[in-house]
Amino acid sequence: MALLTIIRHDILINLRQAFSWLTPLIFFVIVVCLFPLAVSPEANMLRQIAPGIIWVAALLSILLSINHLFREEALTGFLDLLLLSPYSLTLLVGCKIFSHWIVHCLPLILISPLLGFLLNLHPYETYALVITLLLGTPVLCLLGAIGAALLVGVRSHGLLLPILIMPLYIPVLIFGTSTLMAAAANQPLNGYIAIMAALTLFSLAFAPFLTAAALRIGVNQ
Amino acid sequence: MLHWFNQKFLSPKLFYTTTTRLLPWVGGAFAVCFFYGLITGLFIAPADYQQGDGFRIMYVHVPSAFVAMAIYMTMACSAFVTLVWRVKMAAICMSCSASIGAWFTFLALVTGSIWGKPMWGAWWVWDARLTSVLILFFLYIGFIALQSVITDPQSRDRAGALLAIVGVINLPIIHYSVIWWNTLHQGPTISKFASPSIAPDMLYPLMAMILAFFLFYFWILMLRMRNQIVLREIKSQWVSEVMQHG
Repeated sequence: MALLTIIRHDILINLRQAFSWLTPLIFFVIVVCLFPLAVSPEANMLRQIAPGIIWVAALLSILLSINHLFREEALTGFLDLLLLSPYSLTLLVGCKIFSHWIVHCLPLILISPLLGFLLNLHPYETYALVITLLLGTPVLCLLGAIGAALLVGVRSHGLLLPILIMPLYIPVLIFGTSTLMAAAANQPLNGYIAIMAALTLFSLAFAPFLTAAALRIGVNQ
Repeated sequence: MLHWFNQKFLSPKLFYTTTTRLLPWVGGAFAVCFFYGLITGLFIAPADYQQGDGFRIMYVHVPSAFVAMAIYMTMACSAFVTLVWRVKMAAICMSCSASIGAWFTFLALVTGSIWGKPMWGAWWVWDARLTSVLILFFLYIGFIALQSVITDPQSRDRAGALLAIVGVINLPIIHYSVIWWNTLHQGPTISKFASPSIAPDMLYPLMAMILAFFLFYFWILMLRMRNQIVLREIKSQWVSEVMQHG
């Protein structure tokens, strides 16, 4: 019950402040739109680099938003209440990550077909894009949460979180983009999707626990 | 029993006094191995039939890559000990290892690129192995960056330990995904040069160099840990005694 309350509370608060969930989305769209301007507007070229563009943009956008996962809570003292509450911190943290994903990643996934359209992706590739984002963004949130929890007590850390977390994002990036490459070559995607799902489940199993441990360390600074 | 072990062998004071006696021996052993490896490797070992004398950079490159990876494992093990048993010495060992490991990784990357230029024709190729060493370097940098921003020593140790453990869980995943990525994107344009089982004349210097690099790591690690111990325990009685008597 408490878990559901936390999820509902987080989602409502974020939805009522429109810019809280709109900023990562707009950032995502703008970064993707920069590439045709920077590289080349030529359709075939764009289609070739589209997987990389969309995945890197999604990754950056999540890094930007995950930074604030525990920030507000740490400032208002809500985090101390979470740590003191009789519920398992792992589950509470899992709920917070889940609601973060709903608010900040789901809009990215919903708008990604439109971006695929802008970058000349075929329907099959767009389908692969949505599937991989659906499986990959939870991993990015879960791993990012560990870093955000470690840095929760550090006053001004600026770009430190990307430095900590980016190397851990590499497998997701590789498998995400190569699924799209396979889709571009009209290959079956089952194997790729299975690996992405394995990454998701693996991080789902370990990351909330590690995030809870990191929060206990981070708060004490 | 664990408590007793903690008191007797992992106490900073005992570590300090033991290493005072140990340091010259480790340094001496390093010097012997290093000069043996250097002289036999650079002058006595026969030139490679394909690469000529160019292969001799192997005697720096291979040991540094080897030690760079071993140091990350050492860090992960001490991170585990830090988190589970809260042993202070393990935390010191971990944070002192990080920058040594980063430098060895850097050395491996630089020597690899110097070796790659004449052999592959490019300073850098996005080969799977090179890429994963580069990512290892980033992991080291992240660890050092995290440690540098946290001021409280105890949470610095524990936060670093957690990051090192997360890194070591991810390291195999990263490694295999990078291998997979490279085989997917491009065919083997650069096949790893066919390595006939290495001749003993070349092998012994290599073993000596690997041993020498490990001894060097232990040597520097001990020196750095001693500094760290003195810094952390600056107010205690034994430190001022040691400092006064040299």
